[in-house]
Amino acid sequence: MELQAEEQGGALVVHVLQDRIDAASAIRFKDRMRDVTQGGLRRVVLDLSQVAFLDSSGLGAVVAVRKALGPDRALELAGLTPTVQKVFRLTRMDTIFRIHDSLSDGLRDAG
Amino acid sequence: MPGDKRPIRDGPCPAALQLTIPGHAEAVSAGLRALLDACVMRNLPDEGRGTAELVLAEVLNNIVEHAYARHSGEIEVTLSRDATGILCEIADTGLPMPQDAPPAGTLPALDGDDLPEGGFGWHLIRSLARDLEYRREGGRNLLRFRLEN
Repeated sequence: MELQAEEQGGALVVHVLQDRIDAASAIRFKDRMRDVTQGGLRRVVLDLSQVAFLDSSGLGAVVAVRKALGPDRALELAGLTPTVQKVFRLTRMDTIFRIHDSLSDGLRDAG
Repeated sequence: MPGDKRPIRDGPCPAALQLTIPGHAEAVSAGLRALLDACVMRNLPDEGRGTAELVLAEVLNNIVEHAYARHSGEIEVTLSRDATGILCEIADTGLPMPQDAPPAGTLPALDGDDLPEGGFGWHLIRSLARDLEYRREGGRNLLRFRLEN
């Protein structure tokens, strides 16, 4: 699971450089996210613009990452592709996560 | 499931595809790619392809995780194309579904303090697939459903 993390506008931006977060890769995604989010930045923005496919295991992994960050840190999502968006909408997880249309929108909202 | 499950081979793009996938996670990933690349799927619009991939992934992963929780086996997938969509027939020799029926797929409660990390699979399947039927027959689970165009 390839992730690239960088600080941008006071937030930790994590780009997922892989086209799927699925049953076969969900655990590696969780492990890698734990590694890259170890710094103290309060806001984490997950750039999903390259992820064409996410199944219920992938969704569970994203939820687990949010929970692992704890109540004082935020996990926001940006750049959902159509199928990924559909999973968040059908499971109503779009009401739980702050979702930005694009990464630049997400960083602008940070002020 | 019809008695004759041979794929129809009429011309360069067959209207049906039959694929046997070993019932473990890595094989399912590769099998899904093969199913999505199959000719029978090629005419689906992008949105339909995404939906098809999602439903098939959830169904196949459930079989690996639950039906083949105690023993290994194969998954037989038959996809048949017609004017309005794709008929999917999926068979395995794993454990039967609980109460001999597919789960209701009720969406788990989204409690902000303790969000569920699972329990979404059947909700997605039931939201996206049409005419879902399940039978247990001769030690096999037979699931069939339609994916609309």
